[in-house]
Amino acid sequence: MATLEIHDLHVSVEAENGPREILKGVDLTIKQGETHAVMGPNGSGKSTLAYSLAGHPKYTVTGGTVTLDGEDVLEMSVDERARAGVFLAMQYPVEVPGVSVSNFLRTSATAVRGEAPKLRTWVKEVKSAMEQLQMDPAFAERNVNEGFSGGEKKRHEILQLELLKPKIAILDETDSGLDVDALRIVSEGVNRVRETGEVGTLLITHYTRILRYIKPDFVHVFANGRIVESGGAELADQLENEGYDKYVKGGASA
Amino acid sequence: MAEAQNIPAGSTTAGSIAVAAESTVATRMSAPPSFDVADFPVPHGREEEWRFTPLARLRGLHDGTAVASGEGVKVEVEAPEGVTVETVGRDDERLGKAGTPVDRVAAQAYSSFEKAGVITVAKEAVLTEPIRISVHGQGGVAFGHQVIELGAFAEAVVVLDHTGDAVLAANVDYVLGDGAKLTVVSVQDWDENAVHVAQHNALVGRDASFKSVVVTFGGDVVRIHPRVRYAAPGGEAELFGLYFTDAGQHQEHRLLVDHNTPHCKSNVAYKGALQGQDAHAVWIGDVLIQAAAEGTDTYELNRNLVLTDGARVDSVPNLEIETGEIAGAGHASATGRFDDEQLFYLMARGIPEAEARRLVVRGFFAELVQQIGLPDVQERLLAKIEAELEASV
Repeated sequence: MATLEIHDLHVSVEAENGPREILKGVDLTIKQGETHAVMGPNGSGKSTLAYSLAGHPKYTVTGGTVTLDGEDVLEMSVDERARAGVFLAMQYPVEVPGVSVSNFLRTSATAVRGEAPKLRTWVKEVKSAMEQLQMDPAFAERNVNEGFSGGEKKRHEILQLELLKPKIAILDETDSGLDVDALRIVSEGVNRVRETGEVGTLLITHYTRILRYIKPDFVHVFANGRIVESGGAELADQLENEGYDKYVKGGASA
Repeated sequence: MAEAQNIPAGSTTAGSIAVAAESTVATRMSAPPSFDVADFPVPHGREEEWRFTPLARLRGLHDGTAVASGEGVKVEVEAPEGVTVETVGRDDERLGKAGTPVDRVAAQAYSSFEKAGVITVAKEAVLTEPIRISVHGQGGVAFGHQVIELGAFAEAVVVLDHTGDAVLAANVDYVLGDGAKLTVVSVQDWDENAVHVAQHNALVGRDASFKSVVVTFGGDVVRIHPRVRYAAPGGEAELFGLYFTDAGQHQEHRLLVDHNTPHCKSNVAYKGALQGQDAHAVWIGDVLIQAAAEGTDTYELNRNLVLTDGARVDSVPNLEIETGEIAGAGHASATGRFDDEQLFYLMARGIPEAEARRLVVRGFFAELVQQIGLPDVQERLLAKIEAELEASV
């Protein structure tokens, strides 16, 4: 069973007046089949956690370990992490002009699976995944994220999640900017992947709204660069009622 | 997230649309067009037409110190039935009909060549095979002139291939009779030390179609100046270009479409990728719509993709309109970086860095390559682009 273990992770970014520490000792273990929601106020470092796990060059790991089934993730390049089974659905997916969605998906699936998917089954696979996400087939011929609406970008991220079948899926504010219909469609996509029982999900969000569609097994409150409280789904209800105030004020001791 | 830096440091992407009573495209040049090199002062580098060009690397083509040597270039022509291939003296009346040299090096070429090539396609001849002109540099200095003339309603494809090492100043005239269709692919696939300066003049007859594809990969300095004029209404010109500028290379494409006649069309699209320290691409796109040229339809576009730090692009579209009675006129220029965020996105989907780069560059050129319409040329270009990318990784 795949397990992602994050231990005492410290991460800095280069700021104008030298490096600034954003993650200040994160501990978290995600097992295949589990769903963890990480919730926290803006600026608490949630997205930094997501991008650090994926290996974005902007973030420097200054301490701690991240392993996937015992393998050192931090030693891997960005593409190696993806091929090892770590997937990041981005909050702000990047436009790649000149590269069509269909070409991108196939190149990516080929890289992650280690061989080119058979054309006939691949076409069917993409078509049915797109139908379930209510995406127009014409979408496949557009350039990656170019001119996509906010909702289209998120559906495209979840389409990739469904096709690439990672061991660990990190969803960075996938709910942001979505109306209720789009949120439902996207959540259903995530749930289809979760129901296989083969993915560990790290759901990063500011709001509890998405948790009505995607039920977490664990909820973690993130404040000031670390997890300050963990609990079950009931913790989300508490946050819904009380907000983050007590964590923001009380958690600034580091 | 870091913001995409769209304009690399030191680049210009200036452009202008001028509505003027008198053309500044002509007056911006330091001397009026002439066949005689003596009519042009030696440029010092601050002239409008020379300000982007590294004169010191022209090996004397601009100041008269370059002298033709025995082993300049070897020219071979392969032509199908129905084509006349001749080598003629300087006094042949068919030379210089499509256009007059507009700068000192073009005039130097015209003043210095000893023999010119004339290729004629008889009227109504429709060629099924391309005419291939191979210009192979032998390491010396050469001056040349080539005329390609199509009779009325003739159709031809010409592939003009430049390889090897040379210091070459040579002009090409394309003369299209009424209703003729000519596609010319000029490939600059020089060795790394070559210097090549050329003015390409096209004179497009009534209802004729001219398609020029300029492809520049090699050389130390390459400066190509395609120019189009229309002899009568109804003509169409498509000018496509593709360049891949590597470290230290200077590749300059200057274009002029002179809409001097009513109801003609032009479409210009040049795309370039740059990589490496001091790779320098220059694109000047001048389109002039004269007062008489009512019903003109024109569009020009330049796109540059900067793959690494240290490269520089100067892209200057100029559209000058002297009549409001036109069908359409527009231009676009953009220089973008293949930035770290794009790379991260593709790599985060398991795609290795080299492949991510290939994917983006191939995508960038694909649409333009498809418009060339010659499968063997397209394949060769794609293979060449792959090779350029291999060399960079």
